[in-house]
Amino acid sequence: MQIKRMTLFAGHYGSGKTNIAVNYALHLKALGEKVVIADLDIVNPYFRTRDSLEELTEAGIKLISSKFASSNVDLPALPQEVYSLLDKREEKAIMDIGGDDRGAYALGRYADAIKDENDYEMLFVFNKYRPLTPDAQSAYEIMQEIEAACNIKFTAIVNNSNIGGLTEAQDVINSLDSVNELSSISGLPVKMTTVRADLINNLNGKVENLFPLTLQKKIV
Amino acid sequence: MGEKVLMKGNEAIAEAAIRAGCMHYFGYPITPQTEIAAYMAKRMPKVGGVFLQAESEIAAINMVLGVAATGKRVMTSSSSPGVSLKSEGISYIAGSDVPCLIVNVQRGGPGLGGIQPSQSDYFQAVKGGSHGDFFKIVLAPSSVQEMASLTSTAFDLADKYRMPAMILADGTMGQMMEPVELPETKPNTFEKPWALTGTKGERKHNIVNSLYLKPEELEKTNFERFARYKTIEENEVLYEEYLMDDAEICIVSFGITARVAKNAIVEARAKGVKVGMIRPITLWPFPKKVLREAADKCKAFISVEMNMGQMIEDVKLATECKKPVYLCNRTGGMIPSPEEVLAKIMEVNEGGDK
Repeated sequence: MQIKRMTLFAGHYGSGKTNIAVNYALHLKALGEKVVIADLDIVNPYFRTRDSLEELTEAGIKLISSKFASSNVDLPALPQEVYSLLDKREEKAIMDIGGDDRGAYALGRYADAIKDENDYEMLFVFNKYRPLTPDAQSAYEIMQEIEAACNIKFTAIVNNSNIGGLTEAQDVINSLDSVNELSSISGLPVKMTTVRADLINNLNGKVENLFPLTLQKKIV
Repeated sequence: MGEKVLMKGNEAIAEAAIRAGCMHYFGYPITPQTEIAAYMAKRMPKVGGVFLQAESEIAAINMVLGVAATGKRVMTSSSSPGVSLKSEGISYIAGSDVPCLIVNVQRGGPGLGGIQPSQSDYFQAVKGGSHGDFFKIVLAPSSVQEMASLTSTAFDLADKYRMPAMILADGTMGQMMEPVELPETKPNTFEKPWALTGTKGERKHNIVNSLYLKPEELEKTNFERFARYKTIEENEVLYEEYLMDDAEICIVSFGITARVAKNAIVEARAKGVKVGMIRPITLWPFPKKVLREAADKCKAFISVEMNMGQMIEDVKLATECKKPVYLCNRTGGMIPSPEEVLAKIMEVNEGGDK
């Protein structure tokens, strides 16, 4: 699989972008790439990329994140170091974008530079089991809203359909119809289906392009 | 019950409110409860309801009073500093004897404090929290599932007793995601002969008001309201008992800290310490009776809270100080770890704390 210079994870609110971005960064690092991950989330007050700082640092992955992330102040600020990520083309860059169109506005600031370089993947993260995206049509509407907000078109879909700790292999299989329909409405390929690592064995051979999520953050 | 979905606690409250027949939401954004307003903004237009972002918290709570007077289900939500702003209106709602739901997704304080979770509005929630003699029904969910189910309960209790009900959650409960089975959309309905629905010239007009010109009348209404409160204290107390059958130490904790405490209890039991928990689900009415009974069986109590020790006062009152009550707490946006709670359990088990 050819790895693009930049991978952008956007999608509907609470679809699992941060978790996937962090796991994807660890995956690229394991392939021997130089990896930097940037938190562009200006929507979520809690549960940020920074919560995985320890694991990322240990793996040798650089984290670019607002110093206000996971702090006690409510400042939806973007770190200035994001610009370095646009220029340092020897590094593979991962961007974790905030949810919905509200979150994607922040990405618009960098859209021209990203499109000029033209070596990126813009991934739409989809979870069928979120209340506002139970089907392809509702997800497609949000997809269009995000594209309008950040001025970058999606290039592929990531199926992250799950119901948290209760997810079973069958739930993932039950999501395939919706994600395939989303793929046909939008004309975009499904890049991968992300699943909790322990479900991989039950899904091998039944779902294409499985990607295991090994690192799962849990609070209480 | 329907299909399981993955929801944030804040979203679960919003969706459950709509399913409970609440078609009117008035609010003002504040972290960490903004998802309630954001969800309502998206959903209400699609179900024929009203979402209105008011110009301030004060405006929002007075809009709630207006709709509540018509007998329609109505709610507002905020986080700690915003709830303080609403407090005058909450007293007017209580004084007018009209039902509504207020959600407080608490953050650290006092003052502007911070956006990380806390339980430091306990006093404000359960002791009235504004001027005058009154109480609110206060419910404390401990899972995203309960964020949904207690929202329905809150609307029902508010309607049944014509008074404000509050969901007292915290930032973590609001932000965390868990599977939820949503209630069906067949809300309970209550007769509301007092509501301002238009007389059509066919009946005497109703009055919803909290002003009384004669002190004798105001006193009489307060007596009547407190008679109703007594009925609620007798009939509507909700709590969960966890491993209390043989418990020698009783943890009292609500909301997110009750989850932390459960982990600590399992670990303490593995070390042979007989510890259990009484988790108040209604903070008002407080589960006094079960705590009083536990005081005869247990040797000590530990109140686990995210504040400087607020519920501990009610635990002491309920147990009539028959046994020592210790405090295990973090505050200012910090969550106690299971290890901290376990350490306190071990300390108390060995005869007290330092």
